[in-house]
Amino acid sequence: MLSAMNDPSLLSVDGLRVHFPVRGGVLLRQTGAVRAVDGVSFSIAPGETLGLVGESGCGKSTLGKAIVRLLKPTSGSIRFGGVDITTLSQRELRPLRRDVQMIFQDPAESLDPRMSVRSIIEEPFIIHGIGNRAERLKRVDELLDRVGLPSSAAERYSFEFSGGQRQRIGIARALALKPKLIVCDEPVSALDVSIQSQILNLLVELQKDFGLSYLFIAHDLSVVKHVSDRVAVMYLGKIVELASSEAIYREPRHAYTKALLSAIPSHDPRVRRPRILLEGDVPSPIDPPKGSAFGHRIGHARYEETVGMELALTEVADGHLVAADPCCLTEEDWQRVRSR
Amino acid sequence: MNAAPENILEVDKLITSFETERGLLRAVDQVSFTVPSGKTVGIVGESGCGKSVTAMSIVRLLPQPAGKILGGEVRFKGRDLVHASEAEIRKIRGGEIGVIFQEPMSALNPVHRIGRQVSEVFRLHTKLSKKEAWDASVEMLKLVRIPAPEKRMMDYPHQLSGGMRQRIVIALALACRPSLVIADEPTTALDVTVQAQILDLIGRLQQEMGMSVILITHDLGVIAESCDEVVVMYAGRVVEKASSSELFARPLHAYTKGLLRSIPTLETPSKSVLSTIPGMVASLADHTHGCRFCQRMGRITAGGMGTRERPGFAEVSPGHWVETCPECYQP
Repeated sequence: MLSAMNDPSLLSVDGLRVHFPVRGGVLLRQTGAVRAVDGVSFSIAPGETLGLVGESGCGKSTLGKAIVRLLKPTSGSIRFGGVDITTLSQRELRPLRRDVQMIFQDPAESLDPRMSVRSIIEEPFIIHGIGNRAERLKRVDELLDRVGLPSSAAERYSFEFSGGQRQRIGIARALALKPKLIVCDEPVSALDVSIQSQILNLLVELQKDFGLSYLFIAHDLSVVKHVSDRVAVMYLGKIVELASSEAIYREPRHAYTKALLSAIPSHDPRVRRPRILLEGDVPSPIDPPKGSAFGHRIGHARYEETVGMELALTEVADGHLVAADPCCLTEEDWQRVRSR
Repeated sequence: MNAAPENILEVDKLITSFETERGLLRAVDQVSFTVPSGKTVGIVGESGCGKSVTAMSIVRLLPQPAGKILGGEVRFKGRDLVHASEAEIRKIRGGEIGVIFQEPMSALNPVHRIGRQVSEVFRLHTKLSKKEAWDASVEMLKLVRIPAPEKRMMDYPHQLSGGMRQRIVIALALACRPSLVIADEPTTALDVTVQAQILDLIGRLQQEMGMSVILITHDLGVIAESCDEVVVMYAGRVVEKASSSELFARPLHAYTKGLLRSIPTLETPSKSVLSTIPGMVASLADHTHGCRFCQRMGRITAGGMGTRERPGFAEVSPGHWVETCPECYQP
């Protein structure tokens, strides 16, 4: 089981697929599958933040849940610290749970309203049999302090707190076992803007202090850009572009990334960016187009060419990966990735 | 009548309260602003600042029986809406004033086909026959750029995507060619690319039909992109009001400045420390009479509450109004 390899990455995901069965007919036989995540590969280095952006239904949350093994992958592999965790049983996963934690979008739904804040944060220690009661309570106090809550908060219940404070409680719980990786699923999208920046600052600070890695899932591109070292853009179950956050915002290569970036409203009324307006909707992941999904949506002339093509992520510039898709690249970039 | 001809809507010292277990809570506390003809006015603020309640007070769609307008005036084309009869307001709402709600799924009736819901608006507000109303509805769906409108008329709301549903809601609001449209967070539930489509659509329809728009949002980016004038609300009050270009170039109130600074943009260096506004949005129950942003910043202590004067609201440069609390606004 332990095969620590030369791979320097903390997490590496290879060809991951998560399909959900669609049942129909009288006998409820499986008639198809929702291809929520459909062949995704990436890695995260220690201390790194990988941002994952995409629109609703692109499979980003499913991917996050599969990585912490809240969902069972259909195929592909997930390696954490060199260990293949794709098929481990829940029991075998226990030690992993200390290293990989998750922060959810809606802290109100992910915190038990019948437990005091102290019990919520203490619970991970109890489950993993860490420390005696006095030590545990001391840790709870330290954690509350670390996330900027007064120690008096321990006695209270999560519903007594505002959204931002509840997210702090969720973060304290995730930090309890000193994880190496935290999967953050839309951690600030339910918060008011002035509170959002408080939580983003906290996450960046904690990363510096504890050397944490984040998989940061969000739909807000400005937020993702702010916290991430590298950014992956997902469209219909696949990563279509992956590059350093500077490069992806300065020089997006994929047509979908370009459209996504152009859609962000500018905060300066004097700057009017030319907007790329997309026609149509995202295709259904139950019956995705045979070729380039985005090419199909925009009705690209070269769509037919892509049917049956692999459209694999290919390096187009140093560390800048993009799907090798003639519908979505400039002619220059297409020639570049084709020659690879 | 005596309304200035260039303003289609004038809201003057509007006060809206809710009756709750904790007593009468003032959600909107003397809010005043005007909507010039053909322009878009944005109301921006965080949750609980009273922006939606302000909008719903204008068309008298407050939750009943808790919500009440206790004071002030709302004049639409010179007509008083606060004291208008229920029948009159029903005529105006959906007719001359269209409303676009945030969550399209809850604004549409899930058990009726799209066609019936859109043509109902025509049947209620015009003298069109059933057939004419149906044809007008198809036209309306075309106008909001729904592909294959005849087919979509036979669909139920759940069969459409979020963006398409929001287009239907827009079609409902615009059916009777209103002169004023109130859009309450019309794109908040949508993805950015769909948001761009919808904002573009509202903008183009506004040009074509020459209507005025009140756009309520928490997203300053949306405001910057599509509004001529901006009203910034905090804790039930207007703290600043200016043209959009003026407000983003020269924010004057501490709250507006804080709000603008706390948002990461694509230009902010990665992982830099964002400036924050400490504390949280004040809850309605413990609003002070004095400056409410000072209350959030901890400059008004519990003991001092109620003893402070409400700060004035003054035009400090042409068209630029600000709440003149000496702590939050330094000229």
